[in-house]
Amino acid sequence: MNRDVSYAGIMSRRNEIMKKAIGIDYKAFESGSIAFDYEKMMRETGYTLEEMQKIQGNAGVGNTPLLELKNLTKLSREIAPKGKGARIFIKDEAANPSGSFKARRAANAVYHAKRLGYKGVIAATSGNYGAAVASQAAINGLKCIIVQECYDSKGMGQPEIIEKARKCEAYGAEVVQLTVGPELFYTFLKLLEETGYFNASLYSPFGIAGVETLGYEIAMQFREKEGRDPDVVVCTNAGGGNLTGTARGLIKAGADGVEVVGASVNLKGLHMASDMQFNKKSFTTGHTGFGIPFATWPDRSDVPRSAARPLRYIDRYVTITQGEVFYMTEALAQIEGLERGPAGNTSLAAAFSIAQELDENQIIVVQETEYTGAGKHIQPQLSFAKDNGIHIRFGNPNEEVPGENIILPEHPKLIKAKDLDLDKLKRSYIHHCVEIYEKKEISLEDLEFLVQDTKSSVEFVKKALSEKDVIVLE
Amino acid sequence: MKASKGDWVLIHNIVLCSNERAPQVPDDTKKVPLESWVKGFLQHDAEVGEEVQVRTITGRLEKGKLIDVNPTYKHNYGNFVPELLQIGIKLRKILYGGEANE
Repeated sequence: MNRDVSYAGIMSRRNEIMKKAIGIDYKAFESGSIAFDYEKMMRETGYTLEEMQKIQGNAGVGNTPLLELKNLTKLSREIAPKGKGARIFIKDEAANPSGSFKARRAANAVYHAKRLGYKGVIAATSGNYGAAVASQAAINGLKCIIVQECYDSKGMGQPEIIEKARKCEAYGAEVVQLTVGPELFYTFLKLLEETGYFNASLYSPFGIAGVETLGYEIAMQFREKEGRDPDVVVCTNAGGGNLTGTARGLIKAGADGVEVVGASVNLKGLHMASDMQFNKKSFTTGHTGFGIPFATWPDRSDVPRSAARPLRYIDRYVTITQGEVFYMTEALAQIEGLERGPAGNTSLAAAFSIAQELDENQIIVVQETEYTGAGKHIQPQLSFAKDNGIHIRFGNPNEEVPGENIILPEHPKLIKAKDLDLDKLKRSYIHHCVEIYEKKEISLEDLEFLVQDTKSSVEFVKKALSEKDVIVLE
Repeated sequence: MKASKGDWVLIHNIVLCSNERAPQVPDDTKKVPLESWVKGFLQHDAEVGEEVQVRTITGRLEKGKLIDVNPTYKHNYGNFVPELLQIGIKLRKILYGGEANE
């Protein structure tokens, strides 16, 4: 087979390669315009909650402990106004086989690949998902390739990313390590074509449906423990799948009164595809560099229609600084006796701040933790930051400039989650839709889709459309 | 350094030269090539620096420049970061009131 494997050659066969590698004909859910049938896609290509629980249970995934963080709650009450300071809980997802909630997504994707008869799976990720796919592939006897953006042009890599490569190899996976750049997608496609393996995309319906069990478990565990649903669930937000799946699981449990908050680390000003800025970041996931672009354009992912659509479910979106997350990671170890990886603690730092806005009898949940160890720990991350010229000091996190310094809060009272303007993100998503599909007029079906996809109203969408001179054909 | 057929090795490749990079790539990234590193079992005796063929753990054949034999994980806990010590000390003081209350 003498196929053209140049960049242009591979990219021109993108759709054909994808279709073979994921086994979904996305056309079946398309209406030929902006709208597509999201729920039908989730229903017909995903799994029921009961099926997912069974698949995950068989692979050692799920039913993770729900822990009350009594000392962190006490600490937040020392700082909060009288009567404020909600009880803080954490869902200890590090207890999954690969050490993070991503095992839930991987369990379903790998099960699905095996059922369809694929010999192996491929995922493009620098993160916990790679380890999760590798672990689940090992359990299911499938081969596994992980494609990872790992080094800058000097061959320097974040200790966190290198640790994740080690973990993937520990599970018997092949790791293809690359330098910085979006052409990782090209290498990914080339490997899919060469091997005929399954695309274990983070954004497929099975990948997202896999997280629904997490939201469902949270509701069920609280009903058992406390006799009621929590008030707020905080999800670390990157590509949006974590938040989408958790929120859908809560809804499936009937816990639709829960406020779903997304939290990302503020990496404003650092370009995700810049060789020079690559190692100036001290977070490789859970940051605004993924959170904002994926929220405002979910279909930028590696499948034609992403099943991760955070704006459908998000009630509030906050950012937190790198220094605040590192501080809370150390706090979790020091006063709660839980040594966990920093990225998952993004939502912990946000929850510590938001808890102080809530009443004492209210409940806030951090819905994940992740494993830690050499490389993937705050110590090597901070040491690496110092080596890359990042100044580390105690002070007010407000003064942190990503890529220049990391400011550890002088006092925990300085930890303050900052609200992002959700309406602005929703407008930006609507604008992307009409620009990318080149629409000057849209149908009523499109309008209804945009209302649902932004959890907004007809008036809101119409106003956003009018800003781009787009009219609705009624 | 000499490597023998069957050794576990690391190879390096240029995937895209700087003039072949995707249009949306920022300027600083465009100045450098896209490189890749893959590990596998060496298919023939060779010297470090030579072009070789390997079979990866999934069974794929890949070509590239031999750069290391039995490649080691070099990441660790980094240099000690003394700032971290202060966080636990301070939080315990806020929670439990310091030495006077011990």
